[in-house]
Amino acid sequence: MINLGGFHLTDGNKIKEMNRVVITGMGVYSTIGKNIDAVKESLYVGRSGIGIDPRRKEFGFRSALTGIIERPNLKGVLSRRARIGLAEQGEYSYVATMEALQNAGIDMDFLAANEVGILYGNDSSSIPVINAIDLVREKKDTTLVGSGSIFQSMNSTITMNLSVILKLRGINFTVSGACASSSHAIGMGYLLIKQGLQDIIICGGGQEVNAESMGSFDGLSAFSIREDDPTKASRPFDKDRDGLVPSGGAASVIIESYESAKRRGATILAEIRGYGFSSNGDHISVPNVEGPTRSLERCLKDADMAANEIDYINAHATSTPVGDLNEAKALHNIFGDHKPWISSTKSMTGHEMWMGGASEVIYSTLMMQNGFIAPNINFDNPDEDSAKLRIADVRKEAHIDTFLSNSFGFGGTNSSLIVSRFK
Amino acid sequence: MKAEVIEKVNEFLVDEFEIDENKLTPDAHLIDDLGIESLDFVDIVVIIEKDFGFKVKREEMAGVRTLNDLYQYIDERTN
Repeated sequence: MINLGGFHLTDGNKIKEMNRVVITGMGVYSTIGKNIDAVKESLYVGRSGIGIDPRRKEFGFRSALTGIIERPNLKGVLSRRARIGLAEQGEYSYVATMEALQNAGIDMDFLAANEVGILYGNDSSSIPVINAIDLVREKKDTTLVGSGSIFQSMNSTITMNLSVILKLRGINFTVSGACASSSHAIGMGYLLIKQGLQDIIICGGGQEVNAESMGSFDGLSAFSIREDDPTKASRPFDKDRDGLVPSGGAASVIIESYESAKRRGATILAEIRGYGFSSNGDHISVPNVEGPTRSLERCLKDADMAANEIDYINAHATSTPVGDLNEAKALHNIFGDHKPWISSTKSMTGHEMWMGGASEVIYSTLMMQNGFIAPNINFDNPDEDSAKLRIADVRKEAHIDTFLSNSFGFGGTNSSLIVSRFK
Repeated sequence: MKAEVIEKVNEFLVDEFEIDENKLTPDAHLIDDLGIESLDFVDIVVIIEKDFGFKVKREEMAGVRTLNDLYQYIDERTN
């Protein structure tokens, strides 16, 4: 492979130029910070965003633990018509996307003059659906539901609304793949840009944070019940983990071709080197080892990199007994000899679900930019499998050139991304 | 052991979980012999609440391994 600012791939007698894909902007609205700087600070000090939502106890949840986040007030920021179709996670996504666009040096004039796309991860929109049907049942009249309802209710609510607010004219759809949604969204965006089908894409993920969306999940007994000590409940890889803590918010990255970034003089934050994926073909909620292993291997192959070139792995690890175990096995299979630093930022944020893939790319990029590995907090005692990994129980000062981020979801959907310093 | 308990449990295992009636011997292991898995236990809690009127504590089910264990567990909690 020759690399002169683009890849060259022979296909018979044709030579196809593949673009390098870079990240030029990041924005986040998270339980550990409402913007990039606040999040960076939280990652650095190992701050937890987990707390108790008393409303869940009133509903009879097994666990009242959740990431704590405040809804932004967009009145005065967006027109009524723009706001009315936005569900809760759309609001988070709008704030995160505006920060990312600003950091990328992209304004509304640029969006009007250039084709920019959006690929966002989302896999639910509970409250608008519940509100609509409650109203219809009560009033027996659908004309009283209101004009915003349908646009808030659909899984594609985020891309549907943001593409209109930002007047985007490129690729436009929502990627649903459970907890791997937004990692896959970035992967899909990367493939489109690599092949020259889009120059710039807003990629990200949004996740609603409310009791209604988590009720049936709580009913699976999958959540931690360590309510007496909320900030200690999410403990990926730790021997005494007892389940995940649901969380959410939104995260956006602006990804673009190197040529486009160069042309407009954008600051390049990092480069996406590879995307790997797989499906387990196994149990709907219990992950296995083989599927994630293939996703990791495929990602390394796509990046044309060896395992020993990965300096840091942001694990998917959600603090479930079986999930973390199987991921530890997969990571040991591939990275056992090399032993890169590993941590799960879910220890601080909880499981951000549809937002997680994108946010974790941002958290890892912040670590790479600032020379540290965020701690896998609450890692007090390893279990047999996590003991074999080099897990950062406290913050480590470290130089990262390349990181890998994993996201795995219900249905056995797996996504892996490799991101490097741009050189 | 109340005959009613055995009857009701067997009924939902056959009707809801589509398990072959011939497999329903007292010593049958729920997971290994009857193929009941983690998500099925969530539904068993729902059915027990509906059919027997009490709420199962998930943690208590950890000791329920065989069909007879299940009959016993329910029998002890109903009068």
